[in-house]
This record gives sequence, C-alpha cells and structure tokens, in this order.
Amino acid sequence: MKIEFEHHQAAHCESGVTSNLLRNSSGGKITEPLAFGIGAGLFFAYIPLIKINNGPAIAFRTMPGYIFNRTCKSLGIPVISKKFSSKEKAEAYLKECLHNGDPVGCQVGVYYLPYFPKEYRFHFNAHNLIVYGMDDDKYLISDPIMDTTHVMDSCQLERVRFAKGALAPKGHIYYPKHGAVITDETIKQAIKSGIKKNVYNMLSIPGSFAGVSGIKNTGKKIKKWRDKLGLQTAGLYLAQMVRMQEEIGTGGGGFRYIYAAFLQEADNYLPGNQLPEISEMFTKAGDMWRTAAVHAAGIYKGRIGSQEDFDTMGNYLIEIAEVEKMAFEKLKNIKWQ
Amino acid sequence: MKKDDVPQDLSSLGKITQEVCYATDSSGKYVAALSSGWDVKINALDVAWGDIEKRIAAAKEKVLNKEASPLLFFMEYRLMDSKILAGYTGFWQWQIKRHLKPEAFNKLTDKQLKKYAEAFNIKVEDLKSITVHED
Repeated sequence: MKIEFEHHQAAHCESGVTSNLLRNSSGGKITEPLAFGIGAGLFFAYIPLIKINNGPAIAFRTMPGYIFNRTCKSLGIPVISKKFSSKEKAEAYLKECLHNGDPVGCQVGVYYLPYFPKEYRFHFNAHNLIVYGMDDDKYLISDPIMDTTHVMDSCQLERVRFAKGALAPKGHIYYPKHGAVITDETIKQAIKSGIKKNVYNMLSIPGSFAGVSGIKNTGKKIKKWRDKLGLQTAGLYLAQMVRMQEEIGTGGGGFRYIYAAFLQEADNYLPGNQLPEISEMFTKAGDMWRTAAVHAAGIYKGRIGSQEDFDTMGNYLIEIAEVEKMAFEKLKNIKWQ
Repeated sequence: MKKDDVPQDLSSLGKITQEVCYATDSSGKYVAALSSGWDVKINALDVAWGDIEKRIAAAKEKVLNKEASPLLFFMEYRLMDSKILAGYTGFWQWQIKRHLKPEAFNKLTDKQLKKYAEAFNIKVEDLKSITVHED
C-alpha cells in the first residue's frame, strides 16, 4: 500500500509535516516558513513548574499541534484529528487512513524512535512525522527533519505513538481533508491572521512567563541563577535552554530565522507593508540568540562562570526582548496595503 | 545568519542526516541551507548526558549497596521519573516509590516484573541482574 507522497526535508518537525501534508492541496505553495508563520509558530515561554530532564521547561515555539491546526484553519481546510485510548483502535484507524490514500501526521515521542541517534533520545513527546504507506508489515515514515525516509514495524510505531510522560501523544493522528483548494487570496488572509495571532502571543499574554515579557523576565532570573542554584545546576539550566533554542534545525536562532524567512515570503503576497525590513529585525534577534548561546556554552563548559558572566547572559535576553518587542509592535501597527 | 555562517561541526545527528536551517544568501534572501551540527549544541547535549551518566553511576552504587532496588538504576538509565514510569506500567507513583526499596522489589510477582521490564524495553532477568545491552 503506497500513497503518492514526496518526502521533503524541513527545519522543524511540525511546520515540516504541515507543509508536506498540504503540498498536494496547495500545489507546493505552503512552504515550511509559510506554515510556520501562518500557524503563528514563534513563541517564548519559561515554565519553571514543568520540569524536563530535571531542568525548567523553556519553549521557543508554540504548543505542539497548534501550527498544524492554525495553518489549516486559517486556510479554510477542514482538519481530522483523533486521539485514542486503545492501541488496537489507533492502529486500525491509521491503516484505514492509509487505505483511503491519506498520508497522515502522527505525534510521537522520540525516546524509542529507532532511527534517532542515542544522544537525541529524551522523553520528548511532541515530535511529528508522516506515515505515508505500508510495505508488507512495515510502515513508511517521512520524518521531516531527516534527509531520507525510514520504515518502522508495527511495534516500534505503537511504542512511539503511545509514549508516556508530559504531552503524551495518545496515538494522536491528524490530516487535512483532501479536495480543498488554496488560492492566493486565502494565503494572503491567512498570513495576516497568522501575524495577528503571533503578535498577540508575543505582546499581550498576561503575566511575565510568556512572550517578550517572558524573555525579559527570564533574563532577570538568569542573573540570580548562580547564587540560587550553584554554578553546576545553573550551567545545566543554561544547557537546557540552548537545547530548546537549538531544537533540531533552527540553526541556533530559536526559530527566529524561520520567522524571518516567513516574513520575506509573506512580502511576495503582501508587498508594500515593510515586511522585508521587519524580517531583518527577526534576523537580528536570531543572531542575538545565537550569540547568547555561545556565551551560555562558555558557562556550561566551565570556561567562564563569574557573576559578571551571568549578568552578561541575562542582559543578552533583556536586549533580545527589546528587539523582538519592537519587531512585533511594527507588525502590530501594519495598515495592510 | 548568513549562509556561510551556518555551522558545520559534525554532531551525532550529523552522522545520520544533515539538518535544514534557514539562512540568508549574498542578496539577503532566505534560503534553506544544510548544517552538520553546531559545537554549542553538541556541548549542551554533552553536558546533559554528563549529568545523566553521573546519576546512573550514583544509582548503580545505591543498588549494589542494597539501598535501592534495580528499578532506580533503570529509571535513571532510561531517563524516567516515577510519573513517566507510571504512565508506561500502569502502576501508581506511590507503588513505584515503594518498589524502589529492595525488600518491596524482591516481593514483586513475575507479572509485575514483566511490566517494568517492558517499560524499560529489557528482559526480566536483566532487570533483576542490572544488565545493560546497548541498543
């Protein structure tokens, strides 16, 4: 059972899956950066209450599942999305989809993902891949962060679809209903609504844990980490932050480069709105995140580690918060041409 | 980030696949570029694994000294806390905490041991003898 499906490598799993699943109905127009931007993928949140591998949860992009749902919704494409309590039913449903010719997105945990290198296997349950057919009893897998396709047997796939822990996927399966037509006009509207949503998420979420105020607040907290946690744990926390920021394929910029690429592409659909200039501001933010990561590495490698170094680290984030705030305010104030 | 600045430090992932990332070309236009990895992240992963290795070694010590059951060793080895393990086995977290004591662990039935072994993706005898087979 093989479905016509083209594997395309992407930077990030969910925007990659979204773009690949929409390739047919969009005629390839919904590229990965467009999916990321329309899905309002850029985010920041610092959630010390949720512990991941004994460190705080720090997110640089939106909640798992949001990019796909928002992108489809904005483009007017009905989404089918299911979770299961029974492993048997989950597999039966998957087979039914494949039988109907639908490639499907699956949320999976990476810990038991067979083709991942050991160093990358943590109990991270918000990875996404596409199942696009069966060859004998093996499932054909298109994982957007890998350059080639892979196969998994039924047990292996069941294990990752029913991974346990935070954000357990519970066999989550999703795909766009086929037959929808995406016009340039829909894309234009979707871009505007994606930007609006992202502006809200970064500027207007109350409290100081999320958005640009979250970045600033985290910067202030980092300055206290050395005293509060001790050098070693503070180093572990910083390493954790860099790992989230450099989650596969972001080139170190914490997804800011993908967003900058999105704004450039958006400019092709909506010229005359200063999107290229704002894109450059996100490139700058991405570069600053990278510089901050290099500094953080100095600390967790033990090369540097004075209070002054932690102050510098914190200040990097406070400066980044300023740049991103300005960029999102510019986006907020666009009078669309 | 400029395309020429895309890091090419070979990572463990880089041996299997290059990563796509977005960078600007000479005219400032974003293009997809390939990276084999970045030292800064490789080090961050090394730090994380260094910490895990320490925890595994400390757990092994405890198990050998009969201060904890083999469960502790495999929880650290599989990076699982009691919540994740509860998810995989269906035990309550308080049961798992009890089974972390050697006396309670030694009384587990074969069926209960099998649940733990399945969660760790190992054999029951390896669980009892804390034997690790690389996978």
